[in-house]
Amino acid sequence: MAEPLFTPEEQKKFDAEIAEILSHYPADRKSAAMLPALRLLQELKGWLPPEGLKLVASRLNVTPERAYEVASFYVMYHLKKPGKYTVDVCTNLSCSLWGAEKMLAYLEQKLGLKAGESNERFFLRETECLASCGTAPCLQINEEHHESLTKAKVDAIFDKLP
Amino acid sequence: MATTAFEPIISSAWGKPNSWTLDEYKKRGGYKGLEKALELAPAQIIDEVKKSNLRGRGGAGFPTGLKWSFVPKDSPKPKYLAVNGDESEPGTFKDRYILENDPHMMLEGIAIASYALGVHTCYVYLRGEFKLQAERANAAIKEAYAAGIFGKKMLGKDYQLDCYVVRGAGAYICGEETALLESLEGKKGWPRLKPPFPAVVGLFGCPTVVNNVETLASVPHVFTRGSAWYAGLGTDKSGGTRLVCLSGTVNRPGVYEVPLEATFTQLIFDDKYGRGLPAGRKIKAVIPGGSSAPILSPDELDIAMEFEAVKVKQTMAGSGGVIVMDDTTCMVRSLWRVARFYAEESCGQCTPCREGTPWQTRLLRKIEEGRGEPGDVEILSNVASSIAPYPPIGLGNTICALGDAAALPTHSFLMRFRDEFEAHIREHRCPFGDKPWGAFGEWS
Repeated sequence: MAEPLFTPEEQKKFDAEIAEILSHYPADRKSAAMLPALRLLQELKGWLPPEGLKLVASRLNVTPERAYEVASFYVMYHLKKPGKYTVDVCTNLSCSLWGAEKMLAYLEQKLGLKAGESNERFFLRETECLASCGTAPCLQINEEHHESLTKAKVDAIFDKLP
Repeated sequence: MATTAFEPIISSAWGKPNSWTLDEYKKRGGYKGLEKALELAPAQIIDEVKKSNLRGRGGAGFPTGLKWSFVPKDSPKPKYLAVNGDESEPGTFKDRYILENDPHMMLEGIAIASYALGVHTCYVYLRGEFKLQAERANAAIKEAYAAGIFGKKMLGKDYQLDCYVVRGAGAYICGEETALLESLEGKKGWPRLKPPFPAVVGLFGCPTVVNNVETLASVPHVFTRGSAWYAGLGTDKSGGTRLVCLSGTVNRPGVYEVPLEATFTQLIFDDKYGRGLPAGRKIKAVIPGGSSAPILSPDELDIAMEFEAVKVKQTMAGSGGVIVMDDTTCMVRSLWRVARFYAEESCGQCTPCREGTPWQTRLLRKIEEGRGEPGDVEILSNVASSIAPYPPIGLGNTICALGDAAALPTHSFLMRFRDEFEAHIREHRCPFGDKPWGAFGEWS
């Protein structure tokens, strides 16, 4: 038998939060809750497993294909299980003027990954602007934002990760 | 010409302890604007906003009062307010400071706008990466409910307003107002053809106003101090102050609130703002309004950072993102970076943008890496023209302005720095070698 998608606690949290999210929209517009519902699923599972997409779709009265269409459009949803930490490094113009390309090269070496690659612990990727141009260079680890980065700061951040 | 003495109004509390809480906001006169607005009829509120000359701060600079007046008054459908907090154009990073430091200022603007427009539900759409900002906005909304601002009665008046934060999921296109609405409806962010405009057919097919975070944060001031005072802060056609984001090779990048008459030169060199470039550096080019805005050369910087003044130079003040590039910066590599952004963020709906943006990126990479061939610059120029010709600005071949935004930088870089592109091809290498960004900051 396949493993259930959620633990009982996760299921409880999912049910309660989905109900709250749906209450924000008109009763005949359940499908509008797609983005927050996918976010909730990802928060619980770390990614969007196919059976989770099916569950979200059923709660929102849409087809699983529709849920997949939305999930695959946005970069913050993971359709494959990523490493424990998704590291988004901004290399756009303002950050690059402050050395972001070199910071990325340093991280590639430090983590033993090329941008775009993932291992069990890290998924390293270049990202397009984190709205932190005045405090460049910057990166995000999962949802935690770090800015005005120096080599020492980068080392300290990664050394502290559990 | 400004007739009111300049003072920072949006950023006055930034950096102060607990500036984001309701208590602190009230201590500095918060929600007095809403009290005053509620003494007026909705049509009078819209008139006051028109008189204030407030223009949208999201990029297009459209007059806010006029936008509000497009909402049909007698529609039987519910009306919506959608707040655009999907800030993500390279060079633009002001709204996050409002959300972090003073979310109630935006919420007060939301309450005033909603009451004026007959809106009972407002969605605040924030870019997905804004975790702290979403937390602050949510906490402020909770406080506003508890204080009887949101919820069943707005400050005791028989008026219900509900307000929810929705986080995006990393698609820049969702900052385009119709893509934002699609995303709010739970779909991928594909822009809609206009007309109909959202004011008439917006969220769920209902009349909807989409306003930027800074625009709404400006609204309370129109009522606390009066529309004449607010208009007097600005120029003839544009009221208030402006948040400008300064980044790139300057000594002190950051977000600064400036009078609309302030010039680029002042922003970059003044002691209270950017404090100039590092020793020995000169300005090579300045992007005046977010990465899509055509560049200005060093001799064009003595103009006001205001919509009309910037338009004269065939570029735009946009969302206030000023990026400074110094004389050690490779323009091919800079454009490559910018082009990659638009290629990554193209939604794929229109062929010229879907195919053209990655084509630009491939050509630029080829040229930057020394693999360029004679004729590549012409191809690049043609590809950009097929997405959007230049000039004029804003008449591209795509449904939304992302196509224009992707083509404009190419046109303007080629117009001003064509020789640099040719040199890359001729020498089969980047003339700036392995330091295309110069030596600046610890990483260089």
